Amino acid sequence: MKFKSIIIAGALSVMSTGAMADCAFTNVNTVKSLSAAFEAWKAVTSAMGECGNVEAELDQEFRTKQPEAFAANPSLYHIGGVANSTAVPLIDAGTIRPLDDLVAKYGQHLKPNQLVVVDGKIMAIAMMVNAQHMMYRNDILADLGIEAPQTYEEVLAAAEKIKAAGVVDYPLGGTYKTGWNLAEEFVNMYMGFDGAFFNADLTPSINNANGVAALEMMKKLTAYMDPEYLVSDSTYVQQQFQQGKIAMANLWASRAAAMDNAEESQVVGKVTMSTAPTVGGGSTPASTLWWDGIVIAANISDSAADNAFRVAMEGLDKEMVQANNDAAVWLVDGYEPTAAAAGAFATAENGAKPYPASKQMSLMHTALGNGIAAYLTGEKSASAALADIEAAYTTAAKEGGLLN
Amino acid sequence: MNKKTFAAFVGPSVVMMILFIAIPLIFVLIQSFQVTQPVTELVEVEKCTPGFTGQICETKIETRQMFDDAGNPLRQTKFVGFDSYNKVLELQRAGAALAEGSIKAFLQIDFWKALRFTLTFTLITLPLVLGVGLLIALAVNNATQRIKGPIIFISLLPFIITPVIGALAIRWLFIGDGILTAAIEWYLARDVALFAQGWTIELMMLFYRVWHVAPFAFVVFYAGLQTVNQDTIESAIIDGASRFERLRYVIIPHMMPLVVFVALIHLMDAYRAFEEIVGFSSQAHIISLQWLTYDFLQADDSGNRSISRASASAMLTMIGIVLLLFPLLRKTWQDYRGGKI
Repeated sequence: MKFKSIIIAGALSVMSTGAMADCAFTNVNTVKSLSAAFEAWKAVTSAMGECGNVEAELDQEFRTKQPEAFAANPSLYHIGGVANSTAVPLIDAGTIRPLDDLVAKYGQHLKPNQLVVVDGKIMAIAMMVNAQHMMYRNDILADLGIEAPQTYEEVLAAAEKIKAAGVVDYPLGGTYKTGWNLAEEFVNMYMGFDGAFFNADLTPSINNANGVAALEMMKKLTAYMDPEYLVSDSTYVQQQFQQGKIAMANLWASRAAAMDNAEESQVVGKVTMSTAPTVGGGSTPASTLWWDGIVIAANISDSAADNAFRVAMEGLDKEMVQANNDAAVWLVDGYEPTAAAAGAFATAENGAKPYPASKQMSLMHTALGNGIAAYLTGEKSASAALADIEAAYTTAAKEGGLLN
Repeated sequence: MNKKTFAAFVGPSVVMMILFIAIPLIFVLIQSFQVTQPVTELVEVEKCTPGFTGQICETKIETRQMFDDAGNPLRQTKFVGFDSYNKVLELQRAGAALAEGSIKAFLQIDFWKALRFTLTFTLITLPLVLGVGLLIALAVNNATQRIKGPIIFISLLPFIITPVIGALAIRWLFIGDGILTAAIEWYLARDVALFAQGWTIELMMLFYRVWHVAPFAFVVFYAGLQTVNQDTIESAIIDGASRFERLRYVIIPHMMPLVVFVALIHLMDAYRAFEEIVGFSSQAHIISLQWLTYDFLQADDSGNRSISRASASAMLTMIGIVLLLFPLLRKTWQDYRGGKI
């Protein structure tokens, strides 16, 4: 253990001094990348930077820039950082290239698991995964004699006991902020009920018993949350946890490490990560798997792509992962799963499905994000809200030429 | 001023206005009658994505973009008439709701919900802004010379702050157990959640807007107060007019053109209410017309956006502002024709 931390410390110090020692080759051509700006991307792009001549742009608005920037000829960036849903417009517009040749040449060390394959062609290299899963205060549950909840029905029962005991402000937390977050919660819950979002002809199919059941479960959960749940995003829930205001939440794996960060958290060591619960007697955890990874532009020369891919591989190597083990749940070889990653692993092992990213799904996600609040506030009935969401999706999909 | 000098002074700004206001407006108008779509086909696609233990492969039916011979994505643009406007207004649904006499169902339709809020917001803040602005102006005007400077500075502060930042500041004072919420909770000795229901958020929005805009009214009115004819005031005093009567019959009539000016600007601004919605993340309870346009225009993760509906919504907002300003503009025009100004 001690030896390992010495290695990590050594690797960190090399990184911080910006030495180019860790790169297997010296890069002479400029390589530009555009990605999101969270911790894992900082680690990857700074590891790429060790090769020299890398201009990394980290921007949370990357998703609005990428489609246009990659459509330019030549493309404004060589490497793009994407997730499930943000890869869709690039694949759709044909602005990123298949990577089969490059993987054969430089990527033998990649795990098959890291390859994102569309119609038999490798389109992206994944580096990490993320999922929402259950986090709970082990001290509170132990005190009250509650078993770790495996289903949402057990979550409700546990929340009732915690509420009766009055040990925290609110038994549950939830990323129920209107818009993207709220829609994601519904997607999770609906997938837990094995619901399908579309019919075979891509018309919407959420206004059914599963959709209503998912909404009703969400409403039951909100009864145990802070009444301002419609403005609470991941950061807000994380802080509620850290300040000891809530006892359980279905929160992103990427937030798990923050619970044990002694600088911010008052509950160090008291939060256990476990699988996302199942719901309604189903066997699939009510959660979706997300991945982040890299793509290479189509509108650049083959030699430039070759060079960019080599640089990207340097960013996704074992040394980078060992130096930044806790920054994400890495897929890259060399990752040592910690207790913080246990929930994400359990969720995946129990069979959670990937987020069903597509152009239609993004429209559906937006319609859900705008429409669900009306049910939770009591303005509309569950089926009326779902019918309105379907109508909003249909209007948007027809305008976008994605539905006839 | 001869014609040539006049043209030289006005020319640049006319060119700028044509370039940056008229031409974009014409484009938006055209776009609101058109829809541009990608040409797609339905295909069965097998996708494999990472899990922890292995890849997860799924076969799904998806639309796929079609390309021309040069590899450019195919698109088609068609004329749709007032279709996009109808999709924004949802007239059939609105009509059906009204025919049933259900105001609740009517106000559940996005556009009308947004219009309801935008109009009440505009019309409630207008008198408050004018009133508070005038009060501060009178107070400052009557303050002693020594403290005038600091008072003017402090009163102007809210106006200087960037609107979104101001809205966020108010949000952080009240959200969760923010300082002011905690204070209210302590005073009332009960739990208070100001972001949990629509009406409290709406109250905070009204408060924020008046707090933010009143200094503008104050500056304009304060300047106006300096031009009040002192002889008229003195004769009013000699005639035995009380302080209130002097305000009512001398000062306010003198400042009427300024009141109209401030009202015009405020109506235009308030009808475009947007910062409040974003700053307070109030979409669950309250939306405004400008936010609706933004929501249509905002691209989602996969790059979809509803440009036609956004254009239609923007044109509707403009029509709304013109209708709202019409009475005031007509009055100004009549005064101008009658030679009062």
